[in-house]
Amino acid sequence: MLKIKNVSKVYEGGKKAVNNINLHIKKGEFIAFIGPSGCGKTTTMKLINRLIETTEGDIYIEGENIRDKNVVELRRSIGYVIQQIGLFPHMTIAENIALVPKLLNWPLEKRRKRAEELLKLVNMDPSYLERYPDELSGGQQQRIGVLRALAADPPLILMDEPFGALDPITRDGLQDEFKNLQQSLGKTIVFVTHDMDEAIKLADRIVIMRAGEIVQVGSPDDILREPANDFVEEFLGKHRIMESRPNLQTVKQIMNKNPVSITEDESLSQAIKMMRDKKVDSLLVVDNDNILKGFIDIEMIEENRKKQSSVYQIMETNLYTVEQNTLLRDTVRKILRNGMRYVPIVDEEKHLTGIVTRASLANIVYDSIWGDQELIP
Amino acid sequence: MDTLIELWNYYAQNYSYVWEEFYKHFLMSAYGVLFAAIIAIPVGIFIARHAHLSKWVFSFTNIIQTIPALAMLAVLMLVMGLGPNTVIAALFLYSLLPIIRNTYTGIRNVDQALIESGRGMGMTKFQLLRMVELPLALSVIMAGLRTALVIGISIATIGAFIGSGGLGAIIIRGTNVTDGTAIILAGAIPTALMAVVADLGMGWLEKRLMPGRKKSNNEQSNAI
Repeated sequence: MLKIKNVSKVYEGGKKAVNNINLHIKKGEFIAFIGPSGCGKTTTMKLINRLIETTEGDIYIEGENIRDKNVVELRRSIGYVIQQIGLFPHMTIAENIALVPKLLNWPLEKRRKRAEELLKLVNMDPSYLERYPDELSGGQQQRIGVLRALAADPPLILMDEPFGALDPITRDGLQDEFKNLQQSLGKTIVFVTHDMDEAIKLADRIVIMRAGEIVQVGSPDDILREPANDFVEEFLGKHRIMESRPNLQTVKQIMNKNPVSITEDESLSQAIKMMRDKKVDSLLVVDNDNILKGFIDIEMIEENRKKQSSVYQIMETNLYTVEQNTLLRDTVRKILRNGMRYVPIVDEEKHLTGIVTRASLANIVYDSIWGDQELIP
Repeated sequence: MDTLIELWNYYAQNYSYVWEEFYKHFLMSAYGVLFAAIIAIPVGIFIARHAHLSKWVFSFTNIIQTIPALAMLAVLMLVMGLGPNTVIAALFLYSLLPIIRNTYTGIRNVDQALIESGRGMGMTKFQLLRMVELPLALSVIMAGLRTALVIGISIATIGAFIGSGGLGAIIIRGTNVTDGTAIILAGAIPTALMAVVADLGMGWLEKRLMPGRKKSNNEQSNAI
């Protein structure tokens, strides 16, 4: 699909941004370029759609040297998403999404249909088509930014830290959504990031760069298991290498299987009693089939105790859950980064099966620091 | 009070003449700005892309701006003779600075991220200009035209000294007769009115051309 061969970029004045890079990217692969700032990852990406021209070496897309192609046509055949989103404020969402099709002279009718179709792909209401970008939240805007890159159905998409400017929770959601989208559409993605968690979560292969050179290429698991050198190890961070220990794979293995829960038709006084008995300050709310509905905590009870009497009236239904077969390292990261005290764990049908708290994380860390040593005779 | 009555009588007797001069005055100002726009907008776009030239262009247009209007008209008169064309030429020169400056600023202020995403999506340079830079800079460019037009209307008044006609002619006539207050006002009031209306009209246009959510705002207000 994409072949980067002996490519270098030297700026005027002799600064070498990219130094003799070789890389083969297969069709449908998700490649993440990662490295400290100034390592040449963004430059490498921009060499592919010739926003920056290579000084030496060649890049081939589907066997064709990109130097031989018309630069405008080349760019129209490659999706491009940037960190600043870059939606045009004077165009509606529909116009923004269907911009490349417009440049390719698709008829209006077809463009319109394409925009609608894509919006459906990310579960956004068609009424957004006529809105303007500044009426959308940051997360929604970047969704549109991604759709815009998909509009003309390019096989290859370049993304420059697309989720970098979003808040952690929006970013997490968008990453999941995008990964699913990418897998179902079979696009080849070249993704630049400085966020290791993002790279580990999304990429099939990670390319770690430093000072314009590739330090290591491999799947996230390979890199976590065998960092090529001290630089990679440091860049990954000790906690990630620890988290990737093979004997702890899914959340199910570490969760507390007896979360404190209450059914939604119970009274508030019952809830308070249960909190006192179990020595907790919040309760997960389930229905009679043990399907997770929400949570209540002590503040919510305190605020509403005079007005309402039963749990379902005051519970908060907007809560973050994790599916029980999720990889442990993703969950750990979510808890640590988003500052959550606990995450409820559910099965495929949203039945509450357990809970992971910060305390359970302490156990994992303890195990990974001391557990191994006990095994050594 | 007498002056007002006199003024009224003047208008009643000479309304077609005043209207003619009003029209002439407006056309002179508008043509001056229009011709300037035809040159200045492309120049503004050009120097926005070649920033090192902007210094030269701005010093040149700044120098024009410092020449007193009467002197400018007199010098141009030596070359072009009497009449409205000379005034239009002067207005053209005075309009260059505001239009070039605003075009330059408007284009330069377009968010670099938008330029990059446009380029990355495969827009040609011309498409980038037509679909991104100009629409986003349009309201700033319009503000330049607005300034130019208002300046133009006031300078066109002086044009009467070199026989171009216009409302200035009425004012000059007023200054030449004894007790000409009413006649001076008869020329000055429409001039001021024209400047104010032009300013408001262009301001309205400028707002209309603001990029972004205007259309949906209208829809929302219709809905309510």
